[in-house]
Amino acid sequence: MKSNPMMILGLALFAGLLAAAPLRAEDAPANCEVPTYLLTSESPLPKVETAIVSDRRLEILVVGSRSSTITASEGSAYPGRLQAILKEALPKVAVNVSVELQVKKTAEEVAGGLVKLVEVRKPTLVIWQTGTYDAIRAIDPDDFRAGLDEGVVGLQKTGADVVLMNLQYSPRTETMISAPPYLDNMRVVAQEHSVPLFDRFAIMRHWSDAGDFDLSSTSHGPDLAKRVHDCIGRALSKFVIDAAHVKPAQQN
Amino acid sequence: MSSIADQIAGSSVAEAGARAGAAVTSAPAITLPAAGDRELRLDLFRGLALWLIFIDHLPNNILTWFTFRNYGFSDATEIFIFISGYTAAFVYGRAMLEAGFVVATARIMRRVWQIYVAHVFLFTIFLAEISYVATNFNNPLYSEEMGIMDFLKQPDVTIIQALLLRFRPVNMDVLPLYIVLMLFLPFILWLMKWRPDVTLALSAALYALTWQFDWYLSAYPNGTWFFNPFAWQLLFAFGAWCALGGAQRMSRILSSPITIGICFAYLLFAFFVTLTWHIPQLSFLMPKRLEQWMYPISKTDLDVLRFAHFLALAAITVRFLPRDWSGLKSPWLRPLILCGQHSLEIFCLGVFLAFAGHFVLAEISGGAGLHFLISVAGIVIMSGMAWVISWYKHSADKNAKKKGAVVNADMAGGG
Repeated sequence: MKSNPMMILGLALFAGLLAAAPLRAEDAPANCEVPTYLLTSESPLPKVETAIVSDRRLEILVVGSRSSTITASEGSAYPGRLQAILKEALPKVAVNVSVELQVKKTAEEVAGGLVKLVEVRKPTLVIWQTGTYDAIRAIDPDDFRAGLDEGVVGLQKTGADVVLMNLQYSPRTETMISAPPYLDNMRVVAQEHSVPLFDRFAIMRHWSDAGDFDLSSTSHGPDLAKRVHDCIGRALSKFVIDAAHVKPAQQN
Repeated sequence: MSSIADQIAGSSVAEAGARAGAAVTSAPAITLPAAGDRELRLDLFRGLALWLIFIDHLPNNILTWFTFRNYGFSDATEIFIFISGYTAAFVYGRAMLEAGFVVATARIMRRVWQIYVAHVFLFTIFLAEISYVATNFNNPLYSEEMGIMDFLKQPDVTIIQALLLRFRPVNMDVLPLYIVLMLFLPFILWLMKWRPDVTLALSAALYALTWQFDWYLSAYPNGTWFFNPFAWQLLFAFGAWCALGGAQRMSRILSSPITIGICFAYLLFAFFVTLTWHIPQLSFLMPKRLEQWMYPISKTDLDVLRFAHFLALAAITVRFLPRDWSGLKSPWLRPLILCGQHSLEIFCLGVFLAFAGHFVLAEISGGAGLHFLISVAGIVIMSGMAWVISWYKHSADKNAKKKGAVVNADMAGGG
């Protein structure tokens, strides 16, 4: 629901800036369409395709930071939603999504341990969500890129498919955290190694611009987080199925 | 604040140099300038750069589509640094010839101090904003992003690092760069007085070595300066070189149709490449080889592609916008020119307004309309402030006429 800016401005002047904050409905149903170009990738996921079409077993490992979970309700975070939605979309495939949280670690630090993780879990697909902590710490973008590079190459050597996921769009911290260098470098590394990039940043910004979510909300409850993660899970499952070139006929 | 105002006008200014324009005709070497008109094109484009920097610091909105960075590799920062180098060399170069190295250095250092104070002022505003957000915003969706507030836990370290210019919050990178460049200005001018071309060559060599050996200034808590001064000095030195006669010596090359042709071709190429960023559906048209060679286009180290893009833009501007273009006197461009004439104040105001704009946008989710309104309001405020500052200056000049010439020379120098 979009509000009339002039009306809100008038109200704000009337009631004071702060009082105007909770104007948006908190319980609006999650309507989170994503434009197709944000969900398509030139880079394929051949291992995932084989896993779905022939093996009927899809093991996904999400390696991520704090933004891959919701405190006190892990099940509603996007990895859990991804598993549920993929199971629904691919009823004949045994889908399992596990999460490995690497909190407060830079891409370089995570990269070092990635291969070991994969050797233990043997996933078909690794979704590596990263960039936020590097951006917060203002890590040198070149070091970030080197870390990403090392991680992606290592993962590809183990024979797993890789999807990179970038930062969240966070309007409140836009003046404090500089995302662009990290977004750019993730795009570059994804391109270099033909790895699909799930552009979480652009997708969330699209939702914010379209008025689907009020991402500046000061609400302290987990509601908004749950709805956003549900939508990310949906978008991510579409993205993975699309990149794996699985047609509806093959799924069943 | 009027002493911060930079001015190239008045008796302290070179006629020959003033005629120079962003890059066409200038004094043959570093000659003593005489009184002359103010070069309005410099003011115009610096004002434009200030507006664009302001718009680029706000979240994306309709006006963002009017900024250069969407149509090529370089953006307003290049214009700002180049013109700053140009005007600084212009003003202090003269001071150096007239009053000697020591006096010119002393004046430059006073200017550096003013910029430093401006930077600390902006940092205070940033602290206020971030502290407010830290206490009022606690959305579980962004619990990780809130880690940025951790530095508030040790204000002793953070504030000292900020005073040392090592802690650089987002959007506050330009002034530290400018401070460092100005610190080295006396040295640059001293070398230029001796051999301008050699100085420029040395600057280019430093740039090349920086790329070769990956030199940088470290930042706090880690990482590097967003604008690497070792790389960006090239643009500053190039501006100084143009101001001190280089532009005139280049004028024949600049006006040749071949140069203009190359410039247009390059701008067109850059435009096409940027188009593929905005319309990802087009990215299949880009050869992968080219992409892998080109990307990433580093802003930190002033990528050669960016520098070349700026040169092409400047060459074409100088070619097609004559110094005596009547539009420069039009009231429509007056706000831009006024902003360009008081660049340090307007730059700081722009950074502050961008903070304020973010804040309002976050508090009132108003959509595209409000975005637009805030951008336009910011530009109106910047122009109004520039007008007020020049009004102050004007009446102050009237009341203190004897001081006039000296004050002008001191204040000048490209903020």
